[in-house]
Amino acid sequence: MELDFSRGVHYWWALLPEIVLCIWGMGVLIVGVSKRHRQSGEDATGDPTLSGAADLGWLALFGVLGAAFANGWLYGVHEVGSGGMIAVDRFRLFANWILLGAAALTILISFAYVYRQRLQAGEFYGLILLATAGMMFMAAARDLIVIFLGLEVMSVGVYALTAFNRRDRKSAEAGLKYFLLGAFATGFLLYGIALVYGATGSTNVAAIGASVSAGTATPGLLAIGIAMLTIGFGFKVAAVPFHMWTPDVYEGAPAPVTAFMSSAVKAAAFVAFLRVIVVAFPEADDVWYPIVWWLAALTMVAANLMALVQSNVKRMLAYSSIAHAGYLLVAITASNTNAAAGLLFYLLVYTLMNTGAFAIVIGVAHQAEERLQVEDYAGFGWAQPLLGVSLTIFLLSLAGFPGTGGFMGKIYLLQGAADAEQWRLAVILVLATVASYWYYLRIAWFMWMKNPAKPDQHALVVAPLPMQLALIVSVALVLYTGLFPSAALDFARASVAGLGALVP
Amino acid sequence: MTALLDSIGYANWVLHALVWLPVLGMGLVLWAEEERAKTVAFWWSLGVLVLSLGLWFAFDPASADFQMTSSAPWIESWGVSYSLGVDGISLFMVILTTLSTSLAILGSFNYIQSRERAFYALMLLLEAGVVGVFVATDVFLFYVFFELTLVPMYFIVGIWGGERRIYAAIKFFLYTAFGSLLMLVGILYLFWRAKGLLGAPTFSYEDFLLVPLSMTEQLWLFTAFALAFSVKVPVFPLHTWLPDAHVEAPTPGSVILAAVLLKMGTYGFLRFLLPFFPAASQHPTVVTTMLVLGLVGILYTAWVAAVQPDAKKLVAYTSVAHMGFVVLGIFALTVNGLQGGLIVMISHGLSTGALFLLLGMLYERRHTRKIDDFGGLARVAPWLATAFVITALASIGLPGTSGFVGEFLALLGTFETHPTIAILATLGVIFAAYYMLPMVQKVFFNQLATDENREVEDASGRELAILAPLCALMIWIGWNPTPFLERMEPSVRAVIERVESAGAQVSASAEPQTPQSLDETVEASSTPPPRRDRRRRVDSRRRRARRD
Repeated sequence: MELDFSRGVHYWWALLPEIVLCIWGMGVLIVGVSKRHRQSGEDATGDPTLSGAADLGWLALFGVLGAAFANGWLYGVHEVGSGGMIAVDRFRLFANWILLGAAALTILISFAYVYRQRLQAGEFYGLILLATAGMMFMAAARDLIVIFLGLEVMSVGVYALTAFNRRDRKSAEAGLKYFLLGAFATGFLLYGIALVYGATGSTNVAAIGASVSAGTATPGLLAIGIAMLTIGFGFKVAAVPFHMWTPDVYEGAPAPVTAFMSSAVKAAAFVAFLRVIVVAFPEADDVWYPIVWWLAALTMVAANLMALVQSNVKRMLAYSSIAHAGYLLVAITASNTNAAAGLLFYLLVYTLMNTGAFAIVIGVAHQAEERLQVEDYAGFGWAQPLLGVSLTIFLLSLAGFPGTGGFMGKIYLLQGAADAEQWRLAVILVLATVASYWYYLRIAWFMWMKNPAKPDQHALVVAPLPMQLALIVSVALVLYTGLFPSAALDFARASVAGLGALVP
Repeated sequence: MTALLDSIGYANWVLHALVWLPVLGMGLVLWAEEERAKTVAFWWSLGVLVLSLGLWFAFDPASADFQMTSSAPWIESWGVSYSLGVDGISLFMVILTTLSTSLAILGSFNYIQSRERAFYALMLLLEAGVVGVFVATDVFLFYVFFELTLVPMYFIVGIWGGERRIYAAIKFFLYTAFGSLLMLVGILYLFWRAKGLLGAPTFSYEDFLLVPLSMTEQLWLFTAFALAFSVKVPVFPLHTWLPDAHVEAPTPGSVILAAVLLKMGTYGFLRFLLPFFPAASQHPTVVTTMLVLGLVGILYTAWVAAVQPDAKKLVAYTSVAHMGFVVLGIFALTVNGLQGGLIVMISHGLSTGALFLLLGMLYERRHTRKIDDFGGLARVAPWLATAFVITALASIGLPGTSGFVGEFLALLGTFETHPTIAILATLGVIFAAYYMLPMVQKVFFNQLATDENREVEDASGRELAILAPLCALMIWIGWNPTPFLERMEPSVRAVIERVESAGAQVSASAEPQTPQSLDETVEASSTPPPRRDRRRRVDSRRRRARRD
């Protein structure tokens, strides 16, 4: 099928996955309200496999599946030209896989949490779907305004999700913090968009790129605009020094939401950022290059150092997530084919390993937000060998150890840095990685090398069926991308072909 | 024998089998019942050992190239291949690995009392990783195995180790990882240069050898690689993780650590450092630094070892001293030196492995490692005493044992190029007697004073089965090193020739050989690095942007 955006109706086709998600999300909301799920059928073990609001979770999962079908269908669609506000290219579709995967995994690991905390399941799952739709808009955007719209849809959904656990003070505090700082960041972004529009006369990224390379853009205005945009994105991807909100918000938000935020929100912001950088501003690299270079270096160093001293696992994973943003910023700095493909590949693997790790954090926490200290993991591996081995694999992958997808992702990013001859950033990246070994392995050593305070400490850990499903998928894919990465690597590389002015 | 091996196509599959059979064995061990795990693990590793012994016969001693090679693409878009092969340098390391793994497993039957399945599974995983390190001929694959060995060792030390096991495990891990990650950047640099030179991505060892590097590049990369391997060896002053790890590790962990994991460092020197960066390896400052560090390692750790009250710690320090001889031999850059270094590597693997096993046996009997707690054990445990004395003498380097052959050759090789350092290093042999013999005397001779010591039992059949082959090998190499030396020689000579050819380019120039001229001539003789399009494009782009 051919899409011609001069005919407005074709936008409907181009946006099919997003539309499916939006409609389905609203559907889940309505079903959730109309069915008035009472938390009946609670049994003593608290195993929520198929009781309570689980049917809403499965319903939401079908929505993701539907959107995934639509996304697959878009591979058969070709657009005429590339001037539309919505891109129908492989880059977007690959990003959609990541986002949909993150949403599906989040839903799967939320079952137990939603049930135990008696959250409003319809709203919870509905918001996840709607926020995911916003992220997919960002991935698809060829226009700064669309990026902004997507960002807002996503952010508002995630603000609400962060504060979702009304009975938990920390959750409310995190929601407010996230909202205030998020609004602040959006202000930066919007101001940047306005200035770039003022400098170039367009909000379409391709048109901006043409204007910049033709030299018709107003230099001063453009530079400030780019800097503002970079800061706005810096907030969203949680780059140091715009990361201050991250640890508190990640710690306070309900754990599945933290998993969702740290993988999906980050992925959406990064793909949009990369598209803007390589399509609109490849010729203005003297403005953004030093900014992003320093953001990357600072983020990698500071986040890893701060993560060293955390004893709360959720907070540690929050800093770890900031650190990974630093690694990904290296790819933005390099902005060549290997780096862009590496960014996609890394986001894919990161989503899997990060969500997987959070799944086990949820399992160990048992009743919501308890038992999050690293001491609570003492002897966990021997008490629950399968979960313990899974968590060890996720941690090794987060640390970037051979045999896991995280290693291949790091190599890919480093190759991008090598092609751009950024040896300093490469060295900073590996040194930061050495530091990260410490805090990732700390959990491993508590799990396997210490004895639990109470012998039956881990008896209450339950991993209901949906969570097991999520774990099996993530472990399998993390190992698969680590041992046989060819297929995923080539897929990522093929997906960035034709994206902007990527140097080979 | 050779005909038999040929008839089953041994050379085609043996290396794959040596890497993957232990992984399969790991699965079997995990699947077996807890109390049968050790039997399964032992027989499996013995099978792997027997299989690896065929290498000795199938190996062609006349060739310097990789043998029994096979290659399959692994990650095609990055040019990574799954390529295996052995040459005279790695051949003995592979056999040493399989041998020490099965003996270490046999030696842990009593020592490891808890979580046996997990333990033996990790031991087999470790074996797979180490064999992989020695047979990989693709640099990426090598790095993957090199890092992969850390994980099982981390858990072996951390779970089954002594009091301060977690500290020791994490220190071991972080030290090694620090070095190897910097090497990773070096590898990627070589990869990037090779890609620019050959036009296609490749991680193959042979392709990396083709990359012409300027002196500056060589020195930087040499530093990165040398750091990674020096931590592993360990070269003084990067050795501080080793006493901790050795002392805290359970006996089998110490055995593997001493016998093969340290060899990964010196193997890296021979396999990668010298051939990749021949000019840097010849740079007078570099050579002197490495030789002096080796020398300091020998002398300093000998002194430290002499005052250790803990027998295991004493042996741990002797490891550093022995590896100092290896470093000397390698950076003497002579055939004798390199061969000596290799023999010391083998000999140290046998003797130190045996010492750790013996100390483990004593620990199982007396639950102490303090030298002063023992005394007069020779009277109640003559077999243990015999084995201990043979091993200690091999460790000191008495003529007639493997230690002598290795240290003599290493010192001889060093003497050819750096007589002063060789003479000073010879003191290390005397020091070795100074710390080792009093320990032997205090533990096995002296007075049989305490009741606990009177009740010490002599070696059991299982323990004799562990010690006998080790002692026999030490003596065999001591009397008849020729079969070993002749298998090493072509490969060692090839390394030396590669290093010297870089030197020949230097001496071909009319200038006297000062460091500066060395630098310039290497710069001139190697083709200038092809500037890639991207650089130019970006530069022009940046310039243009600035102009605007």
